[in-house]
Amino acid sequence: MSEPALATARDGDTGRLAAAGDGVTGRLGALVAELRARGARVGVGELLAAHRALDAIDASARPDARLALRAVLSCDHADLARFDAAFVAVFGDGRAPGRDTPLSELGAIERAALPSMGMPDAAGAPAAPDAERVPAAYSAVELLREKDFARYTAAETVAARELIARLARRHPRRRSRRMHRSHRRTHTPDLRGTVRASLRTGGEPVYRRWRGPTTRPRPVVLVCDVSGSMSPYARMLLQYTQASVAARRRVEAFAFGTRLTRITFELTGRDHDRALERAAAAVTDFSGGTRIGEALAELNRVHGRRVGRGAVVVILSDGWDRGDPEQLAAEMARLRRAAHRVVWLNPLAAHPDYEPLTRGMRAAVPHTDELLAGNSIASLEQLADRLEAM
Amino acid sequence: MPPDDVATPAPVEIDSIESAGAALAGQGYLADRALSLVVDLAVVLESPLLLEGEAGVGKTEVARALAAALKARLIRLQCHEGIDVHHAVYDWDYARQLLALRAAEGGVDEGELFDRRFLLRRPLLEALESEERVVLLIDEIDRADDEFEAFLLEFLADFAVTVPELGTIAARRRPIVILTSNRTRELHDALKRRCLYHWIDYPNAERERAIVRSRLPGVPEAIAARVVEAVGKLRELGDLYKLPGVGETIVWAQALLALGDAASLEETLGAALKVHEDVLRVRERGVLDGV
Repeated sequence: MSEPALATARDGDTGRLAAAGDGVTGRLGALVAELRARGARVGVGELLAAHRALDAIDASARPDARLALRAVLSCDHADLARFDAAFVAVFGDGRAPGRDTPLSELGAIERAALPSMGMPDAAGAPAAPDAERVPAAYSAVELLREKDFARYTAAETVAARELIARLARRHPRRRSRRMHRSHRRTHTPDLRGTVRASLRTGGEPVYRRWRGPTTRPRPVVLVCDVSGSMSPYARMLLQYTQASVAARRRVEAFAFGTRLTRITFELTGRDHDRALERAAAAVTDFSGGTRIGEALAELNRVHGRRVGRGAVVVILSDGWDRGDPEQLAAEMARLRRAAHRVVWLNPLAAHPDYEPLTRGMRAAVPHTDELLAGNSIASLEQLADRLEAM
Repeated sequence: MPPDDVATPAPVEIDSIESAGAALAGQGYLADRALSLVVDLAVVLESPLLLEGEAGVGKTEVARALAAALKARLIRLQCHEGIDVHHAVYDWDYARQLLALRAAEGGVDEGELFDRRFLLRRPLLEALESEERVVLLIDEIDRADDEFEAFLLEFLADFAVTVPELGTIAARRRPIVILTSNRTRELHDALKRRCLYHWIDYPNAERERAIVRSRLPGVPEAIAARVVEAVGKLRELGDLYKLPGVGETIVWAQALLALGDAASLEETLGAALKVHEDVLRVRERGVLDGV
């Protein structure tokens, strides 16, 4: 394995520089490992670029070296914080991780080049031990579809997962500005195709080609109330959210009780249960009451850019709100202006005599496009239908 | 024939952090040390640079200042949704081709039809084929879609494009590539990892005053200080929908300069705040009292 550029002799003792090069290589490998442990994705290419960057500047000045490494090894805003923590961990007190593992025989570059994998937690069982496989008879599935989430048993929760996963693959689409070849006659000619086709007919454009619009998935933003009263519904909607996130990239997920937490990143990954555990760990205020207005205010201000560009926002909450209804109304108005459509899911709305009488719901309903129940799989199917129709 | 006694300044060479900072400052862009460092790295390592930051902090300006300092040509590709190879790299001039087909009698050889004279060169191809040094600014890459990002990834790896009818065209010299993003969506990981990354933050009060002074030569120190202090207070508020950027500070100072003593800060709030609720909120809370 050839030594990185830093160890080539510039002026001075080759041996001394080679030894210094080993030290830097080991440290950079440790820094990259530390970054990976915090969830950043750093490849071997970035590690080599880091060596080149240190070579390009005067690496003895610590602040400059830190900034250079930060520019190379981080790739977005969230990575900056991870880099700072990792840098302090590695260069602050010189501790390098992984001294006693069998991997420590490998050189630092090899260790940095190992793919990082998540090992499944041996202690967690994939399903509850008393879960029975529900037979796929038509009537059993029908019962499952209509049953309210709050009355699900553990077995039914597991059985509903498959139905929800299938449901989550349906997604609203919108027209895109990108065009592709269309076989029908539209009003945009495809000149390139027409000229090519005219070569067959000696230069006469006899066969004409047309271009038509494509569709692409519309972004969906799911905002879940996870306070105490909502927890059975929130759990199922989080399953729906996790299935959506796993299926494509244009879904954003947020949870709120008194504060808003973005959980899109925690819900990614193929392992369904670990994703939900990570999300649950990220949200810290599961039963502290609800302040919907403040949560939406944070959504509008901090995450406003994700919501814009024609997203559909789906809010799950029963409207029992401790906050200021005027703030809620103002933030809902703002959200409605920014988003394409706003859908509100309120499990209480499943009752045929329901009327939105709480302060929170009265403030919010004038600014929503749809009010649905969201309390059963049948209702989620209705949601999916409405989303596709938007 | 203009007289030759006024020497045109030679293009600066960027080979260190200090020279990068000085080059940008010479064009009126005051960068902090971190930004000078990444610009230096981008030039020396010939690596693309991804700049992210709030609206109005000067991401696009970096490319302009860098191109002016290096006496390089600035080629700008503004990304939008649905941008594809034909907007970005090349297109064929079909109208001329059809006319040429008509003008030629009988059949036409395909080689003549897809000749260079019918090729319309768009920004990326111009950047590749340029004889002089080029700074390529790919603006608002987050507005483009996934397909274009995949194409851009390949482009940034090889700096070559393949036109099926003409073959591969490679770059004579690698351009300096600067990408900007407003973070309306997440970019593809592979694209982000290929670039150096830098987040441009709002400047501190001292640097913002220096920026106003450098952009508006002759502005009285009193106006610059007032405007910078006011903008600082607005940014601290924390519940404005749209925070004012550096561009807004400069425009606000210009407004006060133009109106003279007749205008107050509150009347000219529209130069800095563009959302009605924000303006109302600032006025009713009296945030600018005493500035």
